[in-house]
Amino acid sequence: MNDLFATLGFYLEKPFVINALIVGVLIALCSSLLGVTLVLKRYSFIGDGLSHVAFGAMAIAAVLGLTNDMPLVLTITVVCAVLLLRMGKNAKIKGDAAIAMISVGALAIGYLLMNIFNTGSSNLSGDVCSTLFGSTSILTLSTFDVWMCIILSVIVVLFFVLFYNKIFSVTFDESFARATGQRAGLYNLLIAIVIAVIIVVSMQLVGSLLISALVIFPALSAMRVFKSFKSVTICAAIVSVVCALIGLFTSILAGTPVGSTIVAADIAVFALFSLIGAVTKRNA
Amino acid sequence: MSQIKCTDLTLGYGAQEIVTGLSFEVNAGDYLCIVGENGSGKSTLMKTLLGLTKPLSGSITFGDGVTARSIGYLPQQTDVQRDFPASVREIVLSGCLGRDGFRPFYSKADKALAARSMERMNITDLSRRCYRELSGGQQQRVLLARALCATEKLLLLDEPVAGLDPKVTAEMYELIESLNKHDGVTVIMISHDIANSLPYASHILHIGSDIFFGTRQEYLDKTHLDQAHLDKTRFAQKEGTDRE
Ligand SMILES: Nc1ncnc2c1ncn2[C@@H]1O[C@H](COP(=O)(O)OP(=O)(O)OP(=O)(O)O)[C@@H](O)[C@H]1O
Ligand SMILES: [Mg+2]
Repeated sequence: MNDLFATLGFYLEKPFVINALIVGVLIALCSSLLGVTLVLKRYSFIGDGLSHVAFGAMAIAAVLGLTNDMPLVLTITVVCAVLLLRMGKNAKIKGDAAIAMISVGALAIGYLLMNIFNTGSSNLSGDVCSTLFGSTSILTLSTFDVWMCIILSVIVVLFFVLFYNKIFSVTFDESFARATGQRAGLYNLLIAIVIAVIIVVSMQLVGSLLISALVIFPALSAMRVFKSFKSVTICAAIVSVVCALIGLFTSILAGTPVGSTIVAADIAVFALFSLIGAVTKRNA
Repeated sequence: MSQIKCTDLTLGYGAQEIVTGLSFEVNAGDYLCIVGENGSGKSTLMKTLLGLTKPLSGSITFGDGVTARSIGYLPQQTDVQRDFPASVREIVLSGCLGRDGFRPFYSKADKALAARSMERMNITDLSRRCYRELSGGQQQRVLLARALCATEKLLLLDEPVAGLDPKVTAEMYELIESLNKHDGVTVIMISHDIANSLPYASHILHIGSDIFFGTRQEYLDKTHLDQAHLDKTRFAQKEGTDRE
């Protein structure tokens, strides 16, 4: 046990570990905030699709040889988020089909690009695997990545706090919001853009395939136990941050992959909260 | 000046016309009851008044302090998310948002208004409860309280008593009547339940193959419905509530 703490103390003196913790906590916080909206507005499909788009965008950035791929990936993902939202309203291509088209397409193109332009040296399947499932890259973050992550997180949290009531309203009953003069279209657009931002930021932590888990599990867990929007939101944020910390420390100490460890922690908490929810319901 | 004046409206979706040649007006304090068969376009009329769908032709003018954006409404089929985690208070407060523009938080006035609306609907003691765990009648009252936060002047109700038992139905009608009589809220209500809702109405709009618009008396004269019979049903209903 002492050994464990000694190792932990050893790691906590390293700046790259501190960076990873800061980034991990911020990402966990941001990704949990819009979870409820995503689940209930059936935006979880959009979230899933966008994470694949982000993967494709990363492949393009890799092909172009960009060292800082975040700005490009962010732009492409935000544009796609807006497109998906517009397409969702278009009756000709059903929303779900459109999302499937874009997401699977992006995945295929991304992998193809990485293959064609593979510069020989690197190990391709390792690269692909780490973009899909997240990697140890969380421990090799550049200062630029860390700052980018901090800035984007602040924007996301600020947006959420300032638009909290509006997000509630358009999620709960969009027609009523529209009919009573709230700018539902605008808020939907903003929500889609922020989801894109969250996805791009989260990709660094858990990789593109696991992002949905990071977004959805804390919200679902909180919804099992709490009954008001505010309490669910606060609980989801706490659950998400705690799970991220558990996952990060476990992966540092046990050498497990960061992303999947965090998601495993989220799943465990979900199981626990489901149990609590079932028990309190029976006793109520 | 009337609060709503519709002239020669054609309602429908895309190329499909559902109602044509619809003209009527609503003045402050009126209680307009809209009746007609299933699929005759009642809900469509409501959505058009709210600006959710566009009329195919004709005009709608608002006046007397009412704008398209200051109408409170209770939808027939709520798009509300059934398993949304929301407390009653959060939902009622959200009715204030239309007026708030981009202001991020609720003002003191908003909170006072929400508290007053909940009181009027007798749901103050439910304010911390979870919406999805309430009964149908309680949920209707929550949504009505939300509508009251969105307006002081005009309420649009699409079948507010659908799915409620006779006793709760009667209570709902009483609530709506008191809003109309005591608070001076103009009410436009769609109803299937002609026998029970007619007694409260000041005006009737019947849509369908033949369109009728006029006062209740004119409607009764035209349809030869017996006023005494209506009064009797209403009386029986009231007794039902009083017995509680
Ligand atoms: N979004 C829509 N797009 C196309 N047609 C529609 C749409 N909504 C309703 N309709 C059609 O318009 C007609 C009128 O519908 P509406 O809902 O207004 O009827 P209603 O009078 O409210 O009926 P009910 O008494 O059953 O509520 C129906 O034939 C319906 O099929
Ligand atoms: Mg209808």
